[in-house]
Amino acid sequence: MTPQNTFADSGADLELAGISKRFPGFTAIEHLDLTIPAGSFFALLGPSGCGKTTTLRLVAGLEEPTTGQILIGGRDLTNTKPFQRPVNTVFQSYALFPHMTVLDNVAFGLRRRKMADPVGKAHEALRLVELDHLAGRKPLQLSGGQQQRVALARAVVNRPALLLLDEPLGALDLKLRRQMQLELKTIQNEVGLTFVHVTHDQEEAMTMADTVAVMNRGRIEQMGAPEDLYELPKTTFVANFLGQSNLFTGEITASTPTSISIGVSGRAIVVPKDRAEIHTGVVTIGVRPEKLNLLTEEPEARTGVNVIGPGRVIDVSFSGVSTQYVVAVPAVGDIIVFAQNMDFGPVVTVGAEVWMSWSVDHGFGLADSPELVTAEAGV
Amino acid sequence: MAIAAFAGNATAVDATPRRRSWVALFLLLPGLLYLVLFFIVPLVSLIITSLESQGLDGSFAYGFVVSNYTDSVSTFATQIWRSFGFALIATVIALLFSYPLAYFIGVTARRWPLLQSFMLILVIAPFFISFLLRTLAWKTILSDNGPVVTALQGLSLMGPQGHITGEPIAVVFGLTYNFIPFMCLPLYTTLERLDLRYLEASSDLYASGWATFRKVTIPLSLPGIVSGTLLTFIPAAGDYVNASQDFLGGTSSTMIGNVIQSNFLVQQNYPAAAALSIVLMFVILVIVSVYVRRSGTEDLL
Ligand SMILES: Nc1ncnc2c1ncn2[C@@H]1O[C@H](COP(=O)(O)OP(=O)(O)OP(=O)(O)O)[C@@H](O)[C@H]1O
Ligand SMILES: [Mg+2]
Repeated sequence: MTPQNTFADSGADLELAGISKRFPGFTAIEHLDLTIPAGSFFALLGPSGCGKTTTLRLVAGLEEPTTGQILIGGRDLTNTKPFQRPVNTVFQSYALFPHMTVLDNVAFGLRRRKMADPVGKAHEALRLVELDHLAGRKPLQLSGGQQQRVALARAVVNRPALLLLDEPLGALDLKLRRQMQLELKTIQNEVGLTFVHVTHDQEEAMTMADTVAVMNRGRIEQMGAPEDLYELPKTTFVANFLGQSNLFTGEITASTPTSISIGVSGRAIVVPKDRAEIHTGVVTIGVRPEKLNLLTEEPEARTGVNVIGPGRVIDVSFSGVSTQYVVAVPAVGDIIVFAQNMDFGPVVTVGAEVWMSWSVDHGFGLADSPELVTAEAGV
Repeated sequence: MAIAAFAGNATAVDATPRRRSWVALFLLLPGLLYLVLFFIVPLVSLIITSLESQGLDGSFAYGFVVSNYTDSVSTFATQIWRSFGFALIATVIALLFSYPLAYFIGVTARRWPLLQSFMLILVIAPFFISFLLRTLAWKTILSDNGPVVTALQGLSLMGPQGHITGEPIAVVFGLTYNFIPFMCLPLYTTLERLDLRYLEASSDLYASGWATFRKVTIPLSLPGIVSGTLLTFIPAAGDYVNASQDFLGGTSSTMIGNVIQSNFLVQQNYPAAAALSIVLMFVILVIVSVYVRRSGTEDLL
């Protein structure tokens, strides 16, 4: 397939089938299967070095997969050259051509495809990122954030069926970043392009993407709609990487047709079976800090509510909208609680004795346990 | 100095540049001395010589004989043109030969540092032997009963009376051969620093291999191309070894270097030799400045 000299009229879907990538002595991607439907905004989250850039490079054709196939718009493009793929990349390192002006950088792709009016379109793209007034400068005469926006314009101006963004907004201040997020969303919606967006900013991933995938050590741990991923993480890694979690591990002590419970310091913690990955043996149950209620008196035992405590508040940090409490519970560990500041200031102070409760339906059961994960990693 | 840089007051700001300029002058001193001693003085003496007049007894006296220039240029116009022609051809061939070689050493072989060093040594190795000897060796190889001519005659690609030595082709070959390292090394140093991410970005932006080469690789390696071609062209234009009849040259391939040499050392017509030297230098200066201006790398000079 050769790139046409017209803009993509719609996004293309991307399918990675059994992709793995081995560098000499190092496996960067391990058997990756992934389908991204056309027109979706897909976010790839993960710690540094987990293989996000490598994944994008494989899709762009800058790296050859060791095994597997890459299909774009239903066509197998595994063995095609990068310039033959309907894909553009915003590189993590920008890679702006130092010998060309900003304008020539942005018009580069259009000129190679012999598009009509490359200069006009390049100016338009530069206006989008608010840099048209610097069109005549060389990239090295720009600030880091400006370079990043030029890199964005240089890729976006081509309206590719598939746009790969490798941390495209990392160098921008909050206001500009919000603005660029909106622009990106608009561009994506307008034409229905497919975006694959790598970011370290969880909030960015959650607010912008239809689908978020959390990657760890060359594998996708979990993917799904942002709210599903947040409310129902399936592994310890996801529970801790995406937001914060309080995790409790124990042997299953009771099991009903709809729920399982584990014993934690003499109390039963219950989770619905449909929110738990495994139903036998040692199970880790988690709950998000904002789902916890902080109580100054021991509550009555009720079905449908988990209680843990008593513990001592060891840290209170006020952050405006909410307050974060750290509660040390003997034999369990530190538990984090976020409470909305409904009243003035924190409701309890350091040293107070407290209990915590949460609705059983807010808990989630993980497929692995923190101890096992640590053991696996050889720590 | 460091503290002065942070201090906002005027005296500190004033003191800094003055002190720095003394240091700079001191450091420049050897260079300036060298320039005066080995460039300015000989140049002035050369100019004076080029304007001398010849008495009836053959001795030279100070004068202002501009016809020294016009006479020698019109007499040796062929050799002047030939010199620049040969130098140009040799430079182009050396560039075409060296660029792929330098690209291979500097870019392709990056993954194998050992191969890289080995190939670099191969490029430099000829310098271990005097270039006079190497040129003489070529004379033997290309001579009328040498292997090349015999083989070509055996294949009927060359008539029985054909020569290589003494012909322009031998001189151009010798120039190319002798100056290839000067072309290759500057090319290698720029290509070795070439950031491959630009090439990746280019191919991501729909540029084929050839378009990437033209639009990204060449412009980014332009400093190497410019210095390589200058380092080849300038000495090649003034070279007098390859075209000498003792080496690869003949009567039909004499270059301006040979003319200057014979005027100085054989005919002892010093004014003509000096005038030709100055013409050669001037023409090279003009060519180089136009070339550098055109290729947009003024910073290089
Ligand atoms: N050419 C290579 N040779 C060997 N190892 C490599 C190569 N390129 C990448 N890696 C390794 O592969 C792993 C994944 O790298 P990658 O660049 O994909 O990480 P990333 O998820 O993008 O990280 P970051 O968030 O820091 O950008 C890293 O451990 C890296 O060291
Ligand atoms: Mg990366």
